[in-house]
Amino acid sequence: MRVVHYLNQFYAGKGGEDKADWKPEAAPGPVGPGLELKKLFGDQAEVVGTVICGDSHYGENMEAAQAEVIKLIESFRPDVLIAGPAFNAGRYGVACGNVCQGAAEKLGLPAVSGMYNENPGLELYRKYAYIVSTPDSARGMRAALSKMAALALKLGRKEAMASAADEGYFSRGIRKNFFRPVNGAERAVEMALARLRGQPFKTEYEMPVFKRIAPAAPLTDLKTAVIALITSGGVVPRGNPDHIRVSSAETFGAYDISGVTDMKPEDYESIHGGYDRYWAGVDPDVIVPLDVMREMEREGVFGKLHDTFYATTGTGTSVAHAERFGQEIGEKLRKAGVSAAILTST
Amino acid sequence: MTREIEKAADIPVVQIATIVPIMLTVGTNRIVPGVAIPHPVGDYSNGPEGDRRVRRELLERALKALQTKIDEQTIFEKE
Repeated sequence: MRVVHYLNQFYAGKGGEDKADWKPEAAPGPVGPGLELKKLFGDQAEVVGTVICGDSHYGENMEAAQAEVIKLIESFRPDVLIAGPAFNAGRYGVACGNVCQGAAEKLGLPAVSGMYNENPGLELYRKYAYIVSTPDSARGMRAALSKMAALALKLGRKEAMASAADEGYFSRGIRKNFFRPVNGAERAVEMALARLRGQPFKTEYEMPVFKRIAPAAPLTDLKTAVIALITSGGVVPRGNPDHIRVSSAETFGAYDISGVTDMKPEDYESIHGGYDRYWAGVDPDVIVPLDVMREMEREGVFGKLHDTFYATTGTGTSVAHAERFGQEIGEKLRKAGVSAAILTST
Repeated sequence: MTREIEKAADIPVVQIATIVPIMLTVGTNRIVPGVAIPHPVGDYSNGPEGDRRVRRELLERALKALQTKIDEQTIFEKE
Protein backbone atom coordinates (compact mmCIF):
# COMPACT_ATOMS: atom_id res chain seq x y z
CA MET A 1 0.00 0.00 0.00
CA ARG A 2 1.35 3.40 -1.04
CA VAL A 3 0.78 6.37 1.28
CA VAL A 4 1.55 10.04 0.59
CA HIS A 5 1.90 12.44 3.50
CA TYR A 6 1.08 16.17 3.32
CA LEU A 7 2.94 18.50 5.71
CA ASN A 8 3.34 22.23 6.21
CA GLN A 9 6.73 23.99 6.25
CA PHE A 10 7.01 23.70 10.04
CA TYR A 11 6.57 19.95 10.42
CA ALA A 12 8.67 19.39 7.30
CA GLY A 13 11.52 21.14 9.09
CA LYS A 14 11.78 24.09 6.69
CA GLY A 15 11.17 26.74 9.33
CA GLY A 16 8.47 28.64 11.18
CA GLU A 17 6.47 31.71 10.20
CA ASP A 18 9.43 33.09 8.29
CA LYS A 19 9.13 30.14 5.90
CA ALA A 20 5.33 30.05 5.75
CA ASP A 21 5.42 31.19 2.12
CA TRP A 22 7.26 27.97 1.11
CA LYS A 23 6.05 26.84 -2.31
CA PRO A 24 4.74 23.31 -2.90
CA GLU A 25 7.43 20.68 -3.25
CA ALA A 26 7.74 16.92 -3.01
CA ALA A 27 10.29 14.78 -1.18
CA PRO A 28 10.68 11.02 -1.56
CA GLY A 29 9.83 8.91 1.48
CA PRO A 30 8.78 10.10 4.94
CA VAL A 31 9.73 13.45 6.51
CA GLY A 32 9.28 14.62 10.12
CA PRO A 33 6.15 13.01 11.61
CA GLY A 34 6.16 10.71 8.57
CA LEU A 35 9.02 8.80 10.22
CA GLU A 36 6.64 7.84 13.01
CA LEU A 37 4.05 6.78 10.41
CA LYS A 38 6.68 4.57 8.81
CA LYS A 39 7.23 2.85 12.16
CA LEU A 40 3.49 2.42 12.73
CA PHE A 41 2.95 0.96 9.27
CA GLY A 42 5.79 -1.55 9.49
CA ASP A 43 5.55 -3.66 6.38
CA GLN A 44 1.82 -3.04 5.92
CA ALA A 45 2.23 0.21 4.02
CA GLU A 46 4.95 2.49 2.73
CA VAL A 47 5.18 6.27 2.97
CA VAL A 48 6.30 6.71 -0.62
CA GLY A 49 6.52 10.47 -0.57
CA THR A 50 5.86 13.71 1.28
CA VAL A 51 4.32 16.85 -0.21
CA ILE A 52 5.17 20.09 1.55
CA CYS A 53 3.68 23.57 1.33
CA GLY A 54 3.93 26.67 3.51
CA ASP A 55 0.70 27.54 5.32
CA SER A 56 0.61 31.18 4.21
CA HIS A 57 1.38 30.27 0.63
CA TYR A 58 -1.44 27.75 0.66
CA GLY A 59 -3.91 30.06 2.38
CA GLU A 60 -3.22 32.96 0.05
CA ASN A 61 -3.26 30.97 -3.20
CA MET A 62 -5.66 28.17 -2.40
CA GLU A 63 -6.71 27.28 -5.91
CA ALA A 64 -3.24 27.31 -7.45
CA ALA A 65 -1.63 25.68 -4.40
CA GLN A 66 -4.22 22.92 -4.37
CA ALA A 67 -3.67 22.21 -8.07
CA GLU A 68 0.09 22.02 -7.58
CA VAL A 69 -0.07 19.92 -4.41
CA ILE A 70 -2.51 17.49 -6.03
CA LYS A 71 -0.20 17.13 -9.03
CA LEU A 72 2.71 16.30 -6.71
CA ILE A 73 0.58 13.83 -4.75
CA GLU A 74 -0.55 12.16 -7.97
CA SER A 75 3.07 11.71 -9.09
CA PHE A 76 3.57 9.21 -6.24
CA ARG A 77 0.59 7.06 -7.42
CA PRO A 78 -0.69 6.62 -3.83
CA ASP A 79 -3.54 4.52 -2.48
CA VAL A 80 -4.17 6.78 0.52
CA LEU A 81 -3.37 10.35 1.55
CA ILE A 82 -2.52 11.42 5.09
CA ALA A 83 -2.57 15.16 5.83
CA GLY A 84 -1.19 16.61 9.04
CA PRO A 85 -2.22 16.28 11.86
CA ALA A 86 -2.89 20.00 12.14
CA PHE A 87 -4.00 20.13 15.82
CA ASN A 88 -5.44 23.63 16.36
CA ALA A 89 -3.38 25.39 13.67
CA GLY A 90 -6.07 27.14 11.62
CA ARG A 91 -4.27 27.76 8.36
CA TYR A 92 -2.65 24.32 8.46
CA GLY A 93 -6.02 22.69 9.20
CA VAL A 94 -7.67 24.49 6.31
CA ALA A 95 -4.78 23.53 4.02
CA CYS A 96 -4.94 19.86 5.12
CA GLY A 97 -8.71 19.80 4.61
CA ASN A 98 -8.49 21.51 1.24
CA VAL A 99 -5.79 19.07 0.07
CA CYS A 100 -8.01 16.16 1.19
CA GLN A 101 -10.95 17.62 -0.72
CA GLY A 102 -8.84 18.01 -3.86
CA ALA A 103 -7.48 14.48 -3.51
CA ALA A 104 -10.99 13.08 -3.11
CA GLU A 105 -12.55 15.05 -5.95
CA LYS A 106 -9.73 15.04 -8.48
CA LEU A 107 -7.98 11.74 -7.78
CA GLY A 108 -10.69 9.74 -6.04
CA LEU A 109 -8.15 9.23 -3.28
CA PRO A 110 -9.30 8.45 0.28
CA ALA A 111 -7.77 10.81 2.83
CA VAL A 112 -7.13 10.92 6.57
CA SER A 113 -6.29 13.96 8.67
CA GLY A 114 -6.22 14.94 12.33
CA MET A 115 -7.47 18.15 13.94
CA TYR A 116 -8.52 19.71 17.22
CA ASN A 117 -12.31 20.03 17.39
CA GLU A 118 -12.21 23.82 17.02
CA ASN A 119 -9.88 23.88 14.04
CA PRO A 120 -11.77 25.81 11.31
CA GLY A 121 -10.54 23.25 8.78
CA LEU A 122 -12.74 20.65 10.48
CA GLU A 123 -16.11 22.29 9.78
CA LEU A 124 -15.08 23.19 6.25
CA TYR A 125 -13.72 19.84 5.13
CA ARG A 126 -15.02 17.09 7.44
CA LYS A 127 -17.16 15.77 4.58
CA TYR A 128 -14.14 15.02 2.43
CA ALA A 129 -11.82 13.21 4.81
CA TYR A 130 -11.69 10.97 7.83
CA ILE A 131 -10.47 13.49 10.38
CA VAL A 132 -9.48 12.10 13.77
CA SER A 133 -9.80 14.13 16.95
CA THR A 134 -6.51 15.44 18.35
CA PRO A 135 -5.52 17.66 21.27
CA ASP A 136 -4.87 21.32 20.48
CA SER A 137 -1.09 20.99 20.24
CA ALA A 138 1.66 18.68 19.01
CA ARG A 139 1.83 17.07 22.46
CA GLY A 140 -0.74 14.68 21.03
CA MET A 141 1.32 13.80 17.95
CA ARG A 142 2.02 10.16 18.68
CA ALA A 143 -1.58 9.25 19.57
CA ALA A 144 -2.92 11.20 16.59
CA LEU A 145 -0.59 9.48 14.14
CA SER A 146 -1.47 6.08 15.55
CA LYS A 147 -5.21 6.70 14.99
CA MET A 148 -4.57 8.16 11.55
CA ALA A 149 -2.36 5.25 10.49
CA ALA A 150 -5.02 2.71 11.53
CA LEU A 151 -7.70 4.48 9.47
CA ALA A 152 -5.34 4.86 6.51
CA LEU A 153 -4.67 1.10 6.50
CA LYS A 154 -8.38 0.41 6.59
CA LEU A 155 -9.04 2.78 3.70
CA GLY A 156 -6.12 1.46 1.69
CA ARG A 157 -7.43 -2.08 2.06
CA LYS A 158 -10.90 -0.84 1.10
CA GLU A 159 -12.32 -2.35 4.28
CA ALA A 160 -15.78 -1.22 5.38
CA MET A 161 -15.61 1.85 7.60
CA ALA A 162 -17.72 1.71 10.75
CA SER A 163 -19.47 4.70 12.29
CA ALA A 164 -17.60 7.84 13.27
CA ALA A 165 -18.06 7.09 16.97
CA ASP A 166 -16.76 3.54 16.64
CA GLU A 167 -13.79 4.40 14.46
CA GLY A 168 -12.85 7.62 16.26
CA TYR A 169 -13.14 10.15 13.43
CA PHE A 170 -15.36 13.24 13.26
CA SER A 171 -18.74 12.51 11.69
CA ARG A 172 -18.77 13.25 7.99
CA GLY A 173 -22.51 13.84 8.01
CA ILE A 174 -23.21 10.58 6.20
CA ARG A 175 -26.01 8.26 7.34
CA LYS A 176 -25.92 4.62 6.34
CA ASN A 177 -29.01 2.42 6.39
CA PHE A 178 -28.69 -0.96 7.99
CA PHE A 179 -30.85 -3.48 9.85
CA ARG A 180 -30.81 -3.76 13.61
CA PRO A 181 -31.93 -6.91 15.43
CA VAL A 182 -34.14 -4.86 17.79
CA ASN A 183 -36.79 -2.53 16.38
CA GLY A 184 -36.92 1.24 16.84
CA ALA A 185 -39.68 1.27 19.42
CA GLU A 186 -37.81 -1.10 21.72
CA ARG A 187 -34.57 0.82 21.29
CA ALA A 188 -36.33 4.10 22.07
CA VAL A 189 -37.89 2.67 25.23
CA GLU A 190 -34.52 1.30 26.35
CA MET A 191 -32.94 4.66 25.73
CA ALA A 192 -35.67 6.43 27.71
CA LEU A 193 -35.29 3.97 30.60
CA ALA A 194 -31.52 4.40 30.61
CA ARG A 195 -31.99 8.12 30.73
CA LEU A 196 -34.44 7.91 33.61
CA ARG A 197 -32.04 5.69 35.53
CA GLY A 198 -29.27 8.18 34.90
CA GLN A 199 -27.35 5.58 32.88
CA PRO A 200 -25.40 6.41 29.75
CA PHE A 201 -27.19 6.10 26.41
CA LYS A 202 -26.35 7.00 22.86
CA THR A 203 -28.68 8.88 20.55
CA GLU A 204 -29.23 7.47 17.08
CA TYR A 205 -29.98 10.86 15.61
CA GLU A 206 -27.68 13.62 16.69
CA MET A 207 -29.02 17.14 16.52
CA PRO A 208 -26.92 19.58 14.49
CA VAL A 209 -24.63 21.86 16.45
CA PHE A 210 -25.41 25.50 15.75
CA LYS A 211 -22.89 28.25 15.50
CA ARG A 212 -22.57 31.54 17.30
CA ILE A 213 -21.21 34.84 16.07
CA ALA A 214 -20.18 37.98 17.93
CA PRO A 215 -23.11 40.44 17.89
CA ALA A 216 -22.84 43.19 15.26
CA ALA A 217 -22.35 46.75 16.50
CA PRO A 218 -25.62 48.55 17.25
CA LEU A 219 -27.18 51.32 15.15
CA THR A 220 -25.80 54.66 16.17
CA ASP A 221 -28.26 56.90 14.32
CA LEU A 222 -31.77 55.58 13.94
CA LYS A 223 -32.88 58.76 12.15
CA THR A 224 -30.78 57.95 9.10
CA ALA A 225 -30.97 54.15 9.30
CA VAL A 226 -32.23 52.10 6.37
CA ILE A 227 -34.05 49.07 7.76
CA ALA A 228 -34.97 45.91 5.86
CA LEU A 229 -37.84 43.52 6.56
CA ILE A 230 -37.24 39.78 6.19
CA THR A 231 -39.45 36.85 7.06
CA SER A 232 -39.29 33.08 7.25
CA GLY A 233 -43.06 33.14 7.77
CA GLY A 234 -43.86 32.44 4.13
CA VAL A 235 -45.57 35.75 3.28
CA VAL A 236 -45.21 36.39 -0.46
CA PRO A 237 -47.11 38.26 -3.19
CA ARG A 238 -50.39 36.46 -3.88
CA GLY A 239 -49.87 33.56 -6.28
CA ASN A 240 -46.33 32.86 -4.98
CA PRO A 241 -44.62 34.09 -8.19
CA ASP A 242 -41.26 32.46 -7.32
CA HIS A 243 -42.82 29.09 -6.43
CA ILE A 244 -41.17 29.01 -3.02
CA ARG A 245 -41.87 25.65 -1.47
CA VAL A 246 -44.44 25.52 1.35
CA SER A 247 -41.97 23.51 3.42
CA SER A 248 -38.32 22.42 3.10
CA ALA A 249 -37.69 25.58 1.09
CA GLU A 250 -34.65 25.71 -1.13
CA THR A 251 -35.12 29.30 -2.30
CA PHE A 252 -36.14 32.71 -1.02
CA GLY A 253 -37.90 35.59 -2.78
CA ALA A 254 -37.07 39.30 -3.03
CA TYR A 255 -40.05 41.62 -3.48
CA ASP A 256 -40.29 45.33 -4.19
CA ILE A 257 -42.37 47.10 -1.57
CA SER A 258 -41.55 50.68 -2.55
CA GLY A 259 -44.82 52.58 -2.37
CA VAL A 260 -46.60 49.74 -0.56
CA THR A 261 -47.91 50.89 2.82
CA ASP A 262 -49.80 47.85 4.00
CA MET A 263 -49.73 44.06 3.51
CA LYS A 264 -53.25 43.71 2.13
CA PRO A 265 -54.65 40.15 1.98
CA GLU A 266 -55.69 40.73 -1.64
CA ASP A 267 -52.02 41.35 -2.57
CA TYR A 268 -50.06 39.14 -0.16
CA GLU A 269 -50.61 35.70 1.29
CA SER A 270 -48.81 33.15 3.43
CA ILE A 271 -47.82 29.95 1.69
CA HIS A 272 -46.11 28.52 4.80
CA GLY A 273 -46.97 24.86 5.43
CA GLY A 274 -46.05 24.82 9.10
CA TYR A 275 -48.64 26.90 10.96
CA ASP A 276 -52.32 27.83 10.85
CA ARG A 277 -52.57 30.58 8.23
CA TYR A 278 -55.93 31.95 9.35
CA TRP A 279 -54.57 35.21 10.80
CA ALA A 280 -52.09 35.60 7.93
CA GLY A 281 -55.14 35.47 5.65
CA VAL A 282 -56.92 38.15 7.67
CA ASP A 283 -53.92 40.49 7.72
CA PRO A 284 -50.40 39.51 6.56
CA ASP A 285 -49.05 42.43 8.63
CA VAL A 286 -49.25 40.14 11.67
CA ILE A 287 -46.23 38.38 10.12
CA VAL A 288 -44.58 41.12 8.04
CA PRO A 289 -45.22 44.34 9.98
CA LEU A 290 -45.23 46.66 6.98
CA ASP A 291 -48.12 48.93 8.03
CA VAL A 292 -46.58 50.01 11.34
CA MET A 293 -43.08 50.23 9.83
CA ARG A 294 -44.46 52.70 7.25
CA GLU A 295 -46.19 54.62 10.03
CA MET A 296 -42.92 54.91 11.97
CA GLU A 297 -41.05 55.85 8.80
CA ARG A 298 -43.57 58.67 8.17
CA GLU A 299 -43.15 59.86 11.74
CA GLY A 300 -39.39 59.96 11.24
CA VAL A 301 -38.70 57.39 13.97
CA PHE A 302 -36.12 55.85 11.64
CA GLY A 303 -34.64 56.89 8.29
CA LYS A 304 -36.09 54.68 5.58
CA LEU A 305 -37.60 51.28 5.02
CA HIS A 306 -35.56 49.28 2.49
CA ASP A 307 -37.39 48.94 -0.84
CA THR A 308 -37.04 45.16 -0.99
CA PHE A 309 -38.38 42.63 1.46
CA TYR A 310 -37.14 39.05 1.56
CA ALA A 311 -39.23 35.98 2.27
CA THR A 312 -38.96 32.24 2.56
CA THR A 313 -40.69 29.44 4.46
CA GLY A 314 -38.93 28.24 7.56
CA THR A 315 -40.37 24.81 8.14
CA GLY A 316 -38.42 21.64 7.51
CA THR A 317 -35.83 23.89 5.90
CA SER A 318 -32.35 22.44 6.26
CA VAL A 319 -29.82 24.39 8.27
CA ALA A 320 -27.52 24.43 5.24
CA HIS A 321 -30.17 26.07 3.06
CA ALA A 322 -31.14 28.55 5.76
CA GLU A 323 -27.50 29.53 6.19
CA ARG A 324 -27.12 30.01 2.46
CA PHE A 325 -30.27 32.17 2.30
CA GLY A 326 -28.79 34.26 5.11
CA GLN A 327 -25.46 34.65 3.35
CA GLU A 328 -27.10 35.65 0.07
CA ILE A 329 -29.60 38.04 1.64
CA GLY A 330 -26.86 39.50 3.86
CA GLU A 331 -24.69 40.12 0.82
CA LYS A 332 -27.54 41.92 -0.98
CA LEU A 333 -28.27 44.06 2.08
CA ARG A 334 -24.62 44.96 2.42
CA LYS A 335 -24.40 46.03 -1.22
CA ALA A 336 -27.60 48.06 -0.89
CA GLY A 337 -26.20 49.92 2.12
CA VAL A 338 -28.90 48.69 4.49
CA SER A 339 -28.06 49.51 8.12
CA ALA A 340 -30.18 46.98 10.06
CA ALA A 341 -32.82 44.30 9.58
CA ILE A 342 -35.90 42.99 11.35
CA LEU A 343 -36.55 39.31 10.72
CA THR A 344 -39.89 37.83 11.71
CA SER A 345 -40.39 34.09 12.09
CA THR A 346 -43.40 31.92 12.75
CA MET B 1 -30.61 32.67 8.56
CA THR B 2 -30.52 35.59 11.04
CA ARG B 3 -26.97 34.80 12.09
CA GLU B 4 -25.68 34.53 8.54
CA ILE B 5 -27.38 37.79 7.48
CA GLU B 6 -25.78 39.56 10.43
CA LYS B 7 -22.41 38.07 9.52
CA ALA B 8 -22.57 38.68 5.77
CA ALA B 9 -23.95 42.22 5.96
CA ASP B 10 -22.19 43.16 9.23
CA ILE B 11 -25.35 44.88 10.44
CA PRO B 12 -27.47 44.27 13.53
CA VAL B 13 -30.41 41.95 12.87
CA VAL B 14 -33.23 41.56 15.37
CA GLN B 15 -35.43 38.49 15.17
CA ILE B 16 -39.03 38.54 16.36
CA ALA B 17 -40.43 35.04 16.84
CA THR B 18 -42.24 33.09 19.48
CA ILE B 19 -40.04 30.11 20.28
CA VAL B 20 -37.13 31.79 22.03
CA PRO B 21 -35.09 28.57 22.59
CA ILE B 22 -34.92 28.04 18.84
CA MET B 23 -33.57 31.55 18.31
CA LEU B 24 -31.01 30.91 21.04
CA THR B 25 -30.06 27.60 19.41
CA VAL B 26 -29.61 28.97 15.90
CA GLY B 27 -27.42 31.81 17.13
CA THR B 28 -29.68 34.88 16.92
CA ASN B 29 -28.06 37.69 18.88
CA ARG B 30 -30.93 40.17 19.28
CA ILE B 31 -34.16 38.44 20.24
CA VAL B 32 -37.63 39.90 20.72
CA PRO B 33 -40.23 37.32 21.81
CA GLY B 34 -43.26 37.44 19.51
CA VAL B 35 -46.96 37.07 20.28
CA ALA B 36 -47.77 33.64 18.85
CA ILE B 37 -46.45 31.30 16.17
CA PRO B 38 -49.11 32.14 13.53
CA HIS B 39 -49.01 35.90 14.27
CA PRO B 40 -45.64 36.88 15.77
CA VAL B 41 -46.13 40.64 15.33
CA GLY B 42 -49.86 41.08 15.72
CA ASP B 43 -52.85 40.10 17.85
CA TYR B 44 -56.43 40.50 16.75
CA SER B 45 -57.87 39.27 20.06
CA ASN B 46 -58.36 42.91 21.02
CA GLY B 47 -59.60 43.97 17.60
CA PRO B 48 -57.74 45.77 14.78
CA GLU B 49 -56.64 48.63 17.04
CA GLY B 50 -55.28 46.27 19.67
CA ASP B 51 -53.46 44.43 16.90
CA ARG B 52 -51.72 47.61 15.74
CA ARG B 53 -50.83 48.59 19.31
CA VAL B 54 -49.17 45.24 19.89
CA ARG B 55 -47.27 45.51 16.61
CA ARG B 56 -46.11 49.05 17.37
CA GLU B 57 -44.82 48.04 20.81
CA LEU B 58 -42.94 45.04 19.39
CA LEU B 59 -41.34 47.13 16.65
CA GLU B 60 -40.32 49.87 19.07
CA ARG B 61 -38.68 47.18 21.16
CA ALA B 62 -37.00 45.76 18.05
CA LEU B 63 -35.63 49.20 17.16
CA LYS B 64 -34.36 49.57 20.70
CA ALA B 65 -32.64 46.18 20.39
CA LEU B 66 -30.97 47.32 17.17
CA GLN B 67 -29.58 50.37 19.02
CA THR B 68 -28.38 48.42 22.05
CA LYS B 69 -24.75 47.34 22.35
CA ILE B 70 -24.65 43.71 23.43
CA ASP B 71 -21.85 41.25 24.04
CA GLU B 72 -23.86 38.04 23.90
CA GLN B 73 -27.26 36.72 22.83
CA THR B 74 -29.84 38.98 24.45
CA ILE B 75 -33.60 38.67 24.89
CA PHE B 76 -35.42 42.00 24.89
CA GLU B 77 -38.50 41.50 27.06
CA LYS B 78 -41.39 43.93 27.44
CA GLU B 79 -40.63 46.45 30.16
